[in-house]
Amino acid sequence: MMRIGVVALNTFREAVRDRVLYNLVFFALVMMAASIIAGQISIGIEQNVIVTLGLSAISLIGLLIAVFIGVGLVSKEMEKRTLYALLAKPVRRWEFLLGKFGGLALTLAVNTAAMAVGLLLAIAYIQQPIERAVGTVLIAVYFIWLKLALVVALALLFSCFTTPLLAILFTGGLYITGLYVQELRDLPMQVMSPGMQAFAKWLSYLLPNFENFNIVALAAHGRHVSGALIAQNSLYTAVYCTIVLTGAALVFSRRNLK
Amino acid sequence: MTAPAIETENLTKEYPHGFLNLKKKTSLEGLNLQVETGEVFGFIGPNGAGKSTTIKLLMRLIFPTAGSARILGKPVSDIDMHSDIGYLPEQPYFYDYLTAAELLDYFARFYNLSAADRKERVARSLKKVGLETAGKIQLRKYSKGMLQRVGMAQAILHDPKVVILDEPMSGLDPVGRREARDIILDLKRDGKTVMFSTHILSDAEMLCDRVGVIVGGKLRGVGAPEQLVGVKTRGMEILFELASQSAAPLLAKATRTGDRYRLQVPEEEVYGALDQLRAAGARILSVAQVRATLEDFFMNLVEADRAQASAIEVSGK
Repeated sequence: MMRIGVVALNTFREAVRDRVLYNLVFFALVMMAASIIAGQISIGIEQNVIVTLGLSAISLIGLLIAVFIGVGLVSKEMEKRTLYALLAKPVRRWEFLLGKFGGLALTLAVNTAAMAVGLLLAIAYIQQPIERAVGTVLIAVYFIWLKLALVVALALLFSCFTTPLLAILFTGGLYITGLYVQELRDLPMQVMSPGMQAFAKWLSYLLPNFENFNIVALAAHGRHVSGALIAQNSLYTAVYCTIVLTGAALVFSRRNLK
Repeated sequence: MTAPAIETENLTKEYPHGFLNLKKKTSLEGLNLQVETGEVFGFIGPNGAGKSTTIKLLMRLIFPTAGSARILGKPVSDIDMHSDIGYLPEQPYFYDYLTAAELLDYFARFYNLSAADRKERVARSLKKVGLETAGKIQLRKYSKGMLQRVGMAQAILHDPKVVILDEPMSGLDPVGRREARDIILDLKRDGKTVMFSTHILSDAEMLCDRVGVIVGGKLRGVGAPEQLVGVKTRGMEILFELASQSAAPLLAKATRTGDRYRLQVPEEEVYGALDQLRAAGARILSVAQVRATLEDFFMNLVEADRAQASAIEVSGK
């Protein structure tokens, strides 16, 4: 556990030193612009605009970091051969992998939390006192972070057995597919052959369901989010990440480093 | 009887290549090697001979197709054993966003050391490789030679029993090479086992108790450098000066450097050659036996391997 933590903290330090958190400046600019624009829109929907825009920006910026840095977590270390000296130390490959995952998940947590603070400030600017929206917005931010952790796990898995470019394509492709899992489940099964029915059903459960994490509309209208959904999403992410990371560890633990 | 510090048994590594990876290229073939505790062992061979492959197999960076390897009596897959080994990769590269001191502190954290102990070891290692004043500079600003020194520092940071160095002299200037040699000799004095790969044969000859020569993925000879070379001589070398021009036929075979000439002759012809040179007015400065070197032994093996490869190519096998 300690070794995983050591790798994770160094991964976080790398992200900070490589100026990954500079994206916060961009987010701050988006929020400032949104606040000004929202202030000029008729009363009643400013909060809606700010929350929708803010959560979408948090999600998009986080996704870019999760995919592009997630894919590079291991592949960059292999390409630059920084991994060689490290793996000669008493550290197992799966510990290294989990450490890298933990480090980026921590980076994304800090990044997402900082953006959430920015969003709350923007809400406070247009609506004083800020009311019911805050709780739901925070839950929405938490769901975005869960989604990003899942994307990092997938990026890590793909980067363990393919090139960085393909890993980006696979991760991005799977993310987009995962947004439509519900549509796959809603397909008119009765017109399909039994084989296709089974395939569609299994595929809909196998693919990561990213749609579950999207509660932007609820947050924008300040609606209540059930505790069951919070528990379900937390558990789903934990189980899915465990399966994906186990797969990644199995592949990586047998991989020859050139 | 204690187990050898490093031991390989029929260690083999094949890489698939070609269409659908159906062909196999053998990088290392049935390596049986033993490095005894406390010795400095040199692993020499031309580029692509299998030196780095062997070391990567020992460090579990790659996995063998067949055979096994043990360090300090334990299989290389035993993670705890890695607390007792130090490793310098070939052309090392490290996290360039860290300073040398930060990198060493990061690596030291894997050995369950206290903060004070880590600090002391980092400072000691940096001093040992001559980087005590550069410890707070980010590694992205380091030269290749400085990175090599950092690599050496991280390999000895935790006071390991076995140190494995892949081309430790590569990229170093004469001062750095001298310091690297001194570090290896210090490690030997402290009772550590050192295995290093190199193609700088003079380093191997100077430092190693034993060397292993690997060519074409096969181990071609193991032993003390003087044993491998044997006691046979390549002849005699005569060093002389010649002020005036002379038409002596032997002069055509001599190599001239300034006013001085060097002439190599077979041992049985040395007296005849001396007579001829004296008659031509030469002033004899020295006569010395030219012993075969590790380089001669090495080159013979490499040339034999190339000849064999050409023969196979010609016969189409």
